[in-house]
Amino acid sequence: MTTIHIDSRPYIAQDGDNLLQQCLSLGFNLPYFCWHPALGSVGACRQCAIKQFKNEDDQRGKIVMACMTPVTDGARISIDDPEAREFRASVVEWLMVNHPHDCPVCDEGGECHLQDMTVMTGHAYRRYRGRKRTFHNQNLGPLVNHEMNRCIQCYRCTRFYRDYAGGRDLDALALRNQVYFGRHEDGILESEFSGNLVEVCPTGVFTDKTLKQHYTRKWDLQTAPSVCVHCGLGCNTIPGERYGTLRRIRNRFNGAVNGYFLCDRGRYGYEFVNNKHRIRQPLLRKARGAALQSAIKHDALQHIAALLSNGNRVIGIGSPRASVESNFALRTLVGPERFYAGVSEQDNRLLASILDILRQGPARSPSLHEVELADAVLVLGEDVCNTAPLLALALRQSVRTQPQKIAEKMHIPHWNDNAVREAVQQERGPLFIATVAGTKLDDVATRTFRAAPGDLARLGFAVAHALDSSAPPVQDMPDALQELAVTIAEALKTAERPMIISGMGCGDRAVIEAAANVAWSLSNTGHPVELCFTVPECNSLGAAMTGGVSFESAFETVVSGAACNDNTADAAAEASTDVTADFSVDTIIILENDLYQRADAAVVDRFLAAAKHVVVIDHMDNATCARADVVLPAGTFAEADGTLVNNEGRAQRFFQVFVPEGDIQESWRWAQDIMTITGSCKGQPWMNLDQITASCAAAIPLLQPILHAAPPADFRVGGQKIPRQPHRYSGRTAMRADISVHEPKPPEDPDAPLSFSMEGYLGHPPSALIPRFWAPGWNSGQAVNKFQDEVGLPLAGGDPGVRLIEPVPARKAEYFSNVPTAFTRHADEWLVVPLHHVFGSDELSVLAPAIAELAARPYLALNPADAAELGLAAGNESRLQLLRATDGTGYSLPVQLKPELQRGVAGLPAGLPGLAGIILPAWGKVTRLEIGMKQGAPP
Amino acid sequence: MWNALKTMWTIFLHMFHRPVTVQYPDEKPYIPPRWRGRIILSRDPDGEERCVACYLCAAACPVDCIALQATEDEHGRRYPEFFRINFSRCIFCGYCEEACPTDAIQLTSDFEMGEYDRKNLVYEKEDLLIDGPGKYPDYNFYRVAGLAITGEGGKNKGEAENEAPPVDLHHLLP
Repeated sequence: MTTIHIDSRPYIAQDGDNLLQQCLSLGFNLPYFCWHPALGSVGACRQCAIKQFKNEDDQRGKIVMACMTPVTDGARISIDDPEAREFRASVVEWLMVNHPHDCPVCDEGGECHLQDMTVMTGHAYRRYRGRKRTFHNQNLGPLVNHEMNRCIQCYRCTRFYRDYAGGRDLDALALRNQVYFGRHEDGILESEFSGNLVEVCPTGVFTDKTLKQHYTRKWDLQTAPSVCVHCGLGCNTIPGERYGTLRRIRNRFNGAVNGYFLCDRGRYGYEFVNNKHRIRQPLLRKARGAALQSAIKHDALQHIAALLSNGNRVIGIGSPRASVESNFALRTLVGPERFYAGVSEQDNRLLASILDILRQGPARSPSLHEVELADAVLVLGEDVCNTAPLLALALRQSVRTQPQKIAEKMHIPHWNDNAVREAVQQERGPLFIATVAGTKLDDVATRTFRAAPGDLARLGFAVAHALDSSAPPVQDMPDALQELAVTIAEALKTAERPMIISGMGCGDRAVIEAAANVAWSLSNTGHPVELCFTVPECNSLGAAMTGGVSFESAFETVVSGAACNDNTADAAAEASTDVTADFSVDTIIILENDLYQRADAAVVDRFLAAAKHVVVIDHMDNATCARADVVLPAGTFAEADGTLVNNEGRAQRFFQVFVPEGDIQESWRWAQDIMTITGSCKGQPWMNLDQITASCAAAIPLLQPILHAAPPADFRVGGQKIPRQPHRYSGRTAMRADISVHEPKPPEDPDAPLSFSMEGYLGHPPSALIPRFWAPGWNSGQAVNKFQDEVGLPLAGGDPGVRLIEPVPARKAEYFSNVPTAFTRHADEWLVVPLHHVFGSDELSVLAPAIAELAARPYLALNPADAAELGLAAGNESRLQLLRATDGTGYSLPVQLKPELQRGVAGLPAGLPGLAGIILPAWGKVTRLEIGMKQGAPP
Repeated sequence: MWNALKTMWTIFLHMFHRPVTVQYPDEKPYIPPRWRGRIILSRDPDGEERCVACYLCAAACPVDCIALQATEDEHGRRYPEFFRINFSRCIFCGYCEEACPTDAIQLTSDFEMGEYDRKNLVYEKEDLLIDGPGKYPDYNFYRVAGLAITGEGGKNKGEAENEAPPVDLHHLLP
C-alpha cells in the first residue's frame, strides 16, 4: 500500500500495480482499449494517457500511458490535466477516423466499449472528411461473426486468442495502417475459446453469430445470474431473454471460478432452451399403446395420483443435470431408500470415490483461479480440453507461473505483458499430461505420456511411490516410465503449489485413486498439494451428495422384482436378462434424465417395459419421454431456480431468467405438486426455493452450506428487489399489444430476491445476485470493473458460491493399494476407451444448432499399426462389437488413425448422438466392414 | 351588481365578433409541417425499407410503446421482422424520430386516428410502412454504412460513400 496523488488529492493505492488499474479501482473513469485485467498491459492504443509530475513543484509534467506506468510511492498524476485530456481526445479521434458508419446495424451497439470510451473522451463530432479504409470480412464459422471495418487495431483479440488461449489460427496480418485480424483464409476458428473474442474485442469486429439470428440489444434483455450446465466446472453466466426465448449467454465474472472467460460450449450451448422439441405441456398416455397427448396440469397430476395410490410402489431416479433441490424433492417424494442416483454404476462408483477422496483426504480441491496459480501440474487420465475446457485454459496460465520468477528477477512487473513474455521466452513451468490420446494442451506440456487407463494409473502410483517410499510400489515398471515418474515426482516436490488433476474422463477408478495417492504422498511428505477432479455434469457432485445408488440397481429391482430396499452397491450387477412376472415396483419417476444416454438401449427398454408406469419430469422430448405414461414439463436452467455443486465442491445458485409459457415449472415444484395431490406431503409444503433448500440442508448435513449460496428470497435492498430488466428495457406496452392491449401485471417471483420488472434497486447488489454488469458510462461488459473492489480481483463482497468440502488438515492419509497390472493387448480384441469432444459429448449443448454444426461425427480411433493389421486405413468403415453386448448390437464407424493411442486400445467418441449410452471403457472386437467401403481402401 | 352588468356587457359585445368555431371535419384546420402526428415507417430512395431494426426508437420511447424484432435477409440487410406501435399508449413526443439514425421512423401531420376499440390502435409494420421516403427524400443508410450488401442493388466493401477500396492483404508495398 502506498499513497499517490491524483489531481492533487491523496489516495491509497496498491504498490506494484499499474496506474490505469489503480485509477479504475479508485473509481476514476479513465478510457482504455488494449489493456485487459486478464491480459495485462502492452501500451498499444495510447488511450489511457495521463500526466505525471516529478514532484510537488513540477508544474509541466509529462504525458505517460497509465497502463505502462507502475505505481510508485508519492506519485503525482493528473487525469484532468487539459493537455492529457486533449491527448486522449485526439487518440480517440484518430481511432475513429476509419470506423464505419454502421452502429445501427452493429451487434455491439449499446454495449460497445468503443462507444463508451468515445463518449467518455468527449469526441462527439467527426471532423475527418477523407476516405475510410475498408477490409473484406472472413467467415469464421457458426459462432463468431467478423466485420473487420470496425477494427481499431488494439490487438486484444490476438493477445487473447494466441497468447492467453493458445490458439494458432487467428493472427495480425498485413502491415502499417492496414493491419488485419483474421485467419489466413476463411474457416472455422479452431480454438474452443473463440467466443470470448466477442467480449474481448472492444468494438464490433467479433460478434456473437447465434445472437445475430435473434438479435436483441443488451438493454432489452431480461437477465439473471446463472450457472453454466454444460460441464462440471460451474462457470457463472448471464443468460439473456427477450420475447420468451433465450437470446444469448454472456460471461458473469467470478474471480474464483471462470474469471473473464467462458468456453464455446458454455457460451453457445444455450439454444437447447429454444429447441422445438421442448416439452411445454404435460403429456399423458391414457392407455398402454396409445399415443402421448397433451393434457392440462390438473389432469396429469390426478393421473399420477391415481398411479401412486394403487399399490403405491414407486421408485425415483434422480439426475446429475438437475439441481440439488430437484433431486432432493424427488428423494423426499419417493423416500430415500427408493431413490436412485441418475448415473450408471460405474459413474456412481467414481463419484463416490472422488467424494471420499476430497472429504477424507488432506488435499484441497482448488478453484479454477487457484489452478492458474499452480506452478507444477500433473494431469492424470483426463482430456481437460474437452471435458472441462476452462480448466484447460487455467492450466495454460499455470505454466506461466514458474517462469514469472525470471521476470521478477529482472524487476518486470507481472502486468507488463510483452516485457514478461520477452523475458520468459519459451520457458514454461512443469506440466505433465498423461492421457489416453493427445490433447490440445500438449503444446505447453513438459512431458506427455499416452497409454491405456490402467497404465496411466500405474504411472500415478509410481509417482506416488517415488515421492514417498511408503506408498505402494508398482511392479514391473519399464525403465523409461520409471524415469518419467521420477521426473514428475521431482517437479512436484520442488514446486510451491503443486497440483494433481484427474477425473472421470477415462472411466477408471484406478486413475482416480492413483491421483489421490500422488496428492497424499506429497501431503504425507510435508508438501503442499491441491487435488482437482473433473466431473462430467453440472451437478454430478451435488447429486452424488444427495445419495442413492445407481440406476442399474433400479433396473435390477424392477426387472427381477427384487426387494426395493435392497439397494446395497453389490446388488447392482449388470441388469440381467430374465424378466420375471413379479413386479414389486409399479411406478418409476424419472427426473430430468434420459436413461438412453447413460445405459444400453436394450437394457433401458427392458427396464421401462417391466415397470407398470413411467413418469418423466424433463424439459426435452427424448427417448425416455417417448416411453413414459406421464411427462411433466420441467424448467431448464433459464426457467428454474436451484443450486448446483461444481467439481470443486462449490455450491452456486442459479436464478430463473424468464417465466416460460405453458406449464413449465421447476422439477422440485412438480414433486411438491405430486406430494400435495397424493396427500403424502409430510410437514409444510415447500412454497418457495428457500423452504426446500432449508429442508434439504437439514436432511443432508453435507449440503448444509447451500443455504448461504445466495441471499434468500426475502432479501431486499432498501425494501426493493433487484430488477431482472435493465432500466432502459423497451417495449413494455407494445410487446404483448398484438394479443391484448391490457398489460398484465409482472409475474411474481416467490423464489428469488429478483423481480421480473425494470423497477427495483439499481445499485450494486450482493455478488450472487448481479443480473448484469452495467454502470453509468460503462455499457459494455467492461463495467465489471465497477463491481470489483480492486480491478481484476474478486467481486466486491466476495465471489459467489460456497465451498462444501474442505480438506482434513494434517492427516496422514492411507494409500490406495490396488495397483492395476500393466495393460496387455488381447488377440483380436481392443480396449475401447471414451474420447471426449467439447462439441458433441454433452447431451444438451449438442441440441443447439451452432454446436451441432461443430460436433464431432462418430468414428473409431485406432493406432495406425493396429489399423494396418486389420487392413483398415483412415476413412474406411469398421465394425465395432462390444463383447458385453449380449444382443449382438454393433456400430459401423469410419476409422480415424491416432498414432498416440497405445496398441490394443481403440477410442470411441463419448456421448455423441448415435453413440450415447455406451459405458466405456469396455472390450470389443473390431472388424473391417466390407460393404460400403470407400474409395482409397488400403491395398 | 357592477360585475354582473360588466359580464352582460361583454357577452353583448361578443354578438358582433366573428365566430371562432371551425366546422371540422368539413373545414380542415391548418397543420404545421412539423406537426407530430401519426407515426410512419418510410422507405429509402431505392424503395427498400429504411428501418434497420436498431432498437433506438424503442429505447428512446418514454412510454415504451414500440416493440420490434430485428432479422436479416439473405443479402445481409437488417430489417424488422415485426414492428409494432401501440398508439393507445403513444404520446407523440417525437423522440423516436429524433433517435432514428436512418430517418426511417417519422411523425406525420395526420392526427385523425380516433377508434372506438383500443386494440385497433395497435399498428403493425404493414400499417406503418409507407411507399415513399417521407420528409427526407435523399438519405439511404446502406449507401453510407460500411456494411456490404449482396444481391441486386447491393454494394461491396469500399463502395459506400467516402470509402477506399478494400485492403489487399497480400500487397506488402507501402
